[in-house]
Amino acid sequence: MTDQTHLMPNAHAKSNAQTSRPTRSRAPFSLDRLPGAVTGWLLSLPLALVLAFFLVLPIIMIVIVSFWGATEFSIYPAFQFDNYEFLLTSPVTYQVFLNTIKYAVITWAITLVIGFTVAYFLAFHVRSLTWQIVLFLLCTIPFWTSNIIRMISWIPFLGRNGIANSALISMGVIDEPLEWLLFSDFSVILAFVHLYTLFMVVPIFNTMMRIDKSLIEAAYDNGATGFQTLTNVIIPLTKPGIMIGSIFVVTLVMGDFITVRFMSGSQKANVGRLISNDIALLQYPSAAATAVILLVTVLIVISVLLRFVDIRKEL
Amino acid sequence: MTQKLDKTGVSRRNVLKGGAAVAGTAIGSGAITGFPTIWAQNIKDVTLRQFGTGVSNLNEVAQKVKEDLGFTLEMTALDSDAVTQRAATQPDSFDIADIEYWICKKVWPTGNLQAMDVSKIKNYDKIVGIFKSGKLTPESDIAQGTAPHTVGFVESPGSKTFADEETGWMTLIPTIYNADTLGIRPDLIGRPIESWTELLNPEFKGKASILDISSIGIMDAAMVCEAMGEIQYGDKGNMTREEIDKTMAIFTEAKKNGQFRAFWKTFDESVNLMSSGEVVIQSMWSPAITAVKSRGIPCVYQPLKEGYRSWGGGIGLSKSLSGLELDAAYEYINWYLEGWVGGFLMRQGYYSAVPETSKEYMSENEWGYWFEGKEATDAITNPFGDVMAKAGETRDGGSFYDRMGAVACWNAVMDENQYMVRKWNEFIAA
Repeated sequence: MTDQTHLMPNAHAKSNAQTSRPTRSRAPFSLDRLPGAVTGWLLSLPLALVLAFFLVLPIIMIVIVSFWGATEFSIYPAFQFDNYEFLLTSPVTYQVFLNTIKYAVITWAITLVIGFTVAYFLAFHVRSLTWQIVLFLLCTIPFWTSNIIRMISWIPFLGRNGIANSALISMGVIDEPLEWLLFSDFSVILAFVHLYTLFMVVPIFNTMMRIDKSLIEAAYDNGATGFQTLTNVIIPLTKPGIMIGSIFVVTLVMGDFITVRFMSGSQKANVGRLISNDIALLQYPSAAATAVILLVTVLIVISVLLRFVDIRKEL
Repeated sequence: MTQKLDKTGVSRRNVLKGGAAVAGTAIGSGAITGFPTIWAQNIKDVTLRQFGTGVSNLNEVAQKVKEDLGFTLEMTALDSDAVTQRAATQPDSFDIADIEYWICKKVWPTGNLQAMDVSKIKNYDKIVGIFKSGKLTPESDIAQGTAPHTVGFVESPGSKTFADEETGWMTLIPTIYNADTLGIRPDLIGRPIESWTELLNPEFKGKASILDISSIGIMDAAMVCEAMGEIQYGDKGNMTREEIDKTMAIFTEAKKNGQFRAFWKTFDESVNLMSSGEVVIQSMWSPAITAVKSRGIPCVYQPLKEGYRSWGGGIGLSKSLSGLELDAAYEYINWYLEGWVGGFLMRQGYYSAVPETSKEYMSENEWGYWFEGKEATDAITNPFGDVMAKAGETRDGGSFYDRMGAVACWNAVMDENQYMVRKWNEFIAA
């Protein structure tokens, strides 16, 4: 992702440079006098600096602090492996990472199915562009409220005396309220799916819209069934969108802590909650160490995902 | 001098900082008595930044300060963890820290707070014994945990360790305290609740809750384990590793058996859990009970035979306060103990550090209900106009002496705090 953003101003610059070529001789100083490579570097410099300062530097700081020591109320510079040692030898860490990955995988699978279906419907079943836009905007309406509100509004709905339970009881489906609806893995994943499906819909819809319709006609002319067209034409061509959506969903779920806290009634833990607990208790080095391990885990997951698709080529 | 500079347009803070050296020595030598009158014109320009937990950071107090004392008090309310964090790491971000005594134990060694000279506190002699000798009445026993008097004094202004007895230097001026117990929904339980053991009674499986603030939650857990007879603690407020392990083992097993519906961390969460009926018995704070009741839902702050878990808060001064602002802070403290705030807090169910001064700001009915544990002769309303009790009702737990006399332990920070926190995290993740 970072590399792409680097490239963009570069590309813009080139086209600008071309259009301004006639004035070259008159300008006292023009970027065109410099060799192309230097121009490219100069133009990407501002963004590179911004990223270095606000992204790379903080990450380096986190890595450094993760080796520091902490007392009850302060942190002190040191180079020790205590934080990692405690983290990597505690069974709770593995349990919590496993739980985090579980949430990520399940949420990913569900959002993928829903996201793909919705995008497919929008891109191939809705014929007019106007309706496509209208329906697409409809999907974004819930995003006009804060995601915490969207999440918390599930609580009265799913509660013991909530709307879901009272409806089911009055319909005679159940006699006793279902306890597992709220403050459980179910409610956590439900909230995740609700919050993040759109992140899957948008990139998939985007790539689907770019599929040349004549390819589908060609498949049809060659006698492919609808299902064969889906698996042999549409899915392979939608892969970049699926990958981008997957990266969004996986990183969002793995980095989350507030959804897990509220929807599980603080009964379940993921890595984000470990970090937030540490921060609350002033154990910054330990929080930093956990953050580093989480970062490494997420990067591994993403690099595996990128193995499947070369996003830069596909875009 | 300061006035002249003011006119030339130098900013107030610079003036104060400039004058701080002079003023600081004057204050240090105790020669300050004449100063406030000279500075009285300037005091209205002073802004003091106070932060603390939500309970006593009330806008009404800030308004009244402006009216009575003339200076501005800016309030920031945070949760206990954030308060600790800020007091420990950002000493320049506040002038007055409104913190709990157990937080003081954690934060004082950082040197971010300055000790207060009790000779400048007018009502010092009237402060309740709990905060001075540790004894409510001369006959009372001292409860376990971080009892306020154990962290209430230091030997000298610069000292980072606590004194064992009253000295002339106080770390926090006590402002607000209460005795906590379990909250229950009598309508959904339908039988008397008398002991802390009921929190883990399988009868309430999936309907119990405990708060997820480790240093307070562990105390509630200890009250339960001790009441069950499972563990005999040397000091619940300062457990050994084995005691922590055993306590967490009992609670982890209960959690795995589905005893708890949820854990709560903020006041509002506890109110919602209780009023929605998700939970029928849980650790709770006094104003949360009131909030549930004010929705018309029956809720009792159940006194239990093993006693209360108590907490207390106080005001501490930032080490960077000096000069006119330090003076203003002392005036603020004296005003705090004069009674208006006490009455304001007591009418919400808390206790004031100097109850007798608050009496003047309460009606006889209110004093009788809140402090003496008498039947209300008329409707009791809180300062915001909500009806807290009807005529004929008495306060859960009775009088001040009944309630504060039955405190079994204080909120605490243990020597094994880091170990406890890790174990608590494991419990939450289990």
